[in-house]
Amino acid sequence: MTKLSSHPYIPNSAREIKEQMLKEIGINNAEDIFGQIPEHLRFKGELKIPNGIFSEYQLLRHIKGLLDKNKNCEEYISFLGGGCWQHYTPAVVKTIMQRDEFLTAYVGEAFADHGKFQAQFEYASMLGELLEMDAVNTPTYDWGIAAGTTVRMSARITGRSEALICGAVSPERLACIKTFAFSTVPDIQLVGFDPDTGLIDIDDLKRKMSDKVACVYFENPNFFGVIETQGEEIAKLAHEYGAIVSVGVDPISLGVLEPPARYGADIACGDVQPLGIPMGFGGGLGGFIATHDDPKFVAEFPSLLFGLTTTVESGEYGFGEVLFERTSYASRDKAKDFLGTMAQLHGIGAGVYMALLGPQGMQEIGEGCLQRAAYAAKVLGQIKGIKSPHFKGAHFKEFVVNFDETGKTVKEINKKLLDYKVFGGYDLSQGFPQLGQSALYCVTEVHTKQDIDNLARALTEIVA
Amino acid sequence: MGIVKVRKNFHQARWDEPIIFELSTPGLRGVVPPPPEKELQEAVGDAEKLIPSSIRRKTPPGLPELDQKSVLAHYLHLAQETLGANLCNDISEGTCTMKYNPRINEEIAYLPGIAALHPWQDEDTIQGILQIYYEFEQILKEVSGMDKFLLHPQGGAHAVFTAACIMRAYHIEHGNWGKKDEIISAAFTHPCDHASPATAGFKLIILPPGPDGYPPLEAFEEAISERTAGLFITNPEDTGIYNLNIDKIVKMVHDAGGLCFYDQANANVLLGIARAREAGFDMCHFNIHKTFGTPHGCSGPGLGALGVREHLIKYLPVPTVEYDGSKYYLDYNRPQSIGKVRQFVGPATVLIRAYAWVMAVGKEYLREVSEISTINHNYLQKKLLERIPELEVPYAEGRFRLEEARYSWRKLTEETGVGTDDVMRRIGDYGIQHYWSSHHPWVVPEPMTLEPCETYRKEDLDEYVEALAQIVEEAKKDPEFVKNAPYKCASHKRDDEASLDDPNKWALTWRAYLKKHKKA
Repeated sequence: MTKLSSHPYIPNSAREIKEQMLKEIGINNAEDIFGQIPEHLRFKGELKIPNGIFSEYQLLRHIKGLLDKNKNCEEYISFLGGGCWQHYTPAVVKTIMQRDEFLTAYVGEAFADHGKFQAQFEYASMLGELLEMDAVNTPTYDWGIAAGTTVRMSARITGRSEALICGAVSPERLACIKTFAFSTVPDIQLVGFDPDTGLIDIDDLKRKMSDKVACVYFENPNFFGVIETQGEEIAKLAHEYGAIVSVGVDPISLGVLEPPARYGADIACGDVQPLGIPMGFGGGLGGFIATHDDPKFVAEFPSLLFGLTTTVESGEYGFGEVLFERTSYASRDKAKDFLGTMAQLHGIGAGVYMALLGPQGMQEIGEGCLQRAAYAAKVLGQIKGIKSPHFKGAHFKEFVVNFDETGKTVKEINKKLLDYKVFGGYDLSQGFPQLGQSALYCVTEVHTKQDIDNLARALTEIVA
Repeated sequence: MGIVKVRKNFHQARWDEPIIFELSTPGLRGVVPPPPEKELQEAVGDAEKLIPSSIRRKTPPGLPELDQKSVLAHYLHLAQETLGANLCNDISEGTCTMKYNPRINEEIAYLPGIAALHPWQDEDTIQGILQIYYEFEQILKEVSGMDKFLLHPQGGAHAVFTAACIMRAYHIEHGNWGKKDEIISAAFTHPCDHASPATAGFKLIILPPGPDGYPPLEAFEEAISERTAGLFITNPEDTGIYNLNIDKIVKMVHDAGGLCFYDQANANVLLGIARAREAGFDMCHFNIHKTFGTPHGCSGPGLGALGVREHLIKYLPVPTVEYDGSKYYLDYNRPQSIGKVRQFVGPATVLIRAYAWVMAVGKEYLREVSEISTINHNYLQKKLLERIPELEVPYAEGRFRLEEARYSWRKLTEETGVGTDDVMRRIGDYGIQHYWSSHHPWVVPEPMTLEPCETYRKEDLDEYVEALAQIVEEAKKDPEFVKNAPYKCASHKRDDEASLDDPNKWALTWRAYLKKHKKA
């Protein structure tokens, strides 16, 4: 094995230093320490892993070489969404997320990591403005786990053990909810959607509603991109039965759509990724949870909650952890669920994004999504054999396209679209067989009219 | 040798930074989103007409309004008021393995080949990233002896939760769910090993340490019964003491029909030294953001890589990453899977940094990481105990700790009234991140946990010893001075701890603060 005089990341691997330190400890080598581990538990032999690439340049070349085997959404025009969306990351967001101070901090206290606490508090505050809610967590893993957490919170608050998941919900998120909620809410029931509008089937909800239900959860816009207009009615019904209403929401829609609190949500949740965090193959996610400032609800958050307070220095803002005893860092198995390393950097990035956009930017980006989605749905609908949008409801940035009459499968169509350097919409035929050969298309502010027209031309040729 | 600098004249940036809402001026803006083309707008009409009025937002969100430079400057100020591990001596956060996070990995993580990948792209267009998943998994298999790894969980506790769900699925399949519901663990094991199984539906039996720093075998014998579903344990635990009975405990739990999970938050000192497999574990996990050099990001995203033995592979969440000899693919067809614990395939952006880290270290240096970690620790511990007679290391006297130790300031507190929380705040005034005392409950009185992993220089360790020694002198001379620290950090000691637990006072958002404290 070729070794260096010292490894750039491991300063004390320099032989003289290492020997000096061993001497100071009073031993000859590290084996004098490791020797206490019983022989039969020791790993013998040599690890079969690749040789190191010690040159930074060669490392970069090696990894670029692997990544070049991918095709990405800058080279191709992508119409994929469904839980991870291509939005533009402003330069300032990237700059701040890459700062070593934020990037490499961890659980430092508020006096030395004051900026981390403030950035996180401001993230929660700005999201609180979008949501019109006063209590917002430090982000959890993703929207799926956030939604599952709201189901568990609801079960604890109500003392009940059933939940209704309503309408078109992402199958990925539904799977997360089921796994996460299982021990407190083993009974997850689904409420259907109207095949015509894509909205929640209220009659089905009424049939399934009971005083055993802890939580009524729905998404807005829903998984099909349809804007749910019956929020108030759903919330009223749920509240009549003493259930808690949790609404999953895409935060980037909140410049143009009413926040769930306005139609009766007790809890809102969703993902911060649309707020300027790069997709990163799904690595960009981070789940938020928000409630009103009701101690009964605040006491049930598992997450760290950062609060603004005072210090011994007059006029200085200080920060601290609110109701720390709730958390598993304080109370272990007696805590509200569990806590750990989750997605705080994405919260900070999302905060920068909201500060950059402001109310005007949030409105404009929302309006742009609405118009592009309406345009794309319309031009695709003009293609013979394609039904678009499949649902009659209003759409935010995603819509379902049905290809049944083309006689082709989504899989075939998407394969052909690759020749046009296009990633077609997400194939719904597995998760929602009742929709036939349908795909979920997504357009955001990154799409131009020409991108959409090119897609329409390509699809026209493919289905012809 | 470089000099050993105790930073007596350090002062952290203190910008006295307003809350961002206080900087707002109506009409200002930081970025302009791309407007749709005129023709497109004309084709569909006004945006507001595209949505029913009932759901249209009537009141614009009360976000701050700032120009771009003001946003940048504000966040740069906040950054400067944060002590990231890459810029300071962060031996402090023991158990967290605060190693250097290489800059090149940040450049890599933002390459379009990863940053601009959608997880649902056609498999033919994601072969590169799937190959990285697959190759990284092979490395973890080798380092642990496990048969397959899951790279979905976004942190350690998340991986532990996934392990608990797998354990649950195993007992359900064997008809034992409800009968076997007890998890055995130990007091110095990370709280997530207690909280995550509890969230999955288990009851916890947490055993206190004996004289060796870990529960004696007899305690396990007494606790294990037909109700035992499994074991969740770290080794070494937060004390840095290697549990010499570990394989015997695993066998006892197996004999009772339970499964054993090894929390490898401590793995930085065991790479190529000892593995989960040889000790008989069914599952283990690595905190990739600790051991494999990826940034902690103010607490995430991380990556909790979960390894399982052959008999548990069928329960892993979907999709798994597979290779058929010519092509990488995602396998969703796993009927006994527990489902999902995170959408898509996990924090790929963390994974790629970890892959870059392990490739930069390689076969030649992976074991060296562990050797230097233990040498650094034992050097630091020896120097600390020699230099500071007030400091103790309880349990297992005379035995080497591996990568960290839980020290006690008991004597100093008895002598001066200055406790670990005071010393911890004061060390911030020396440009050193506050140190980790202990999770709750404190078993060791006035605890301090330090982990000088392999990326710290001998000079950093010497600096740490000297800084602590000076604080001890300060505590003896003027205890109040230390108790009121810090003085030179970004902000001061809080003066109203109770406000954080008081619903009438706590403020989780600016809007709540205005309502409660400004009577807006």
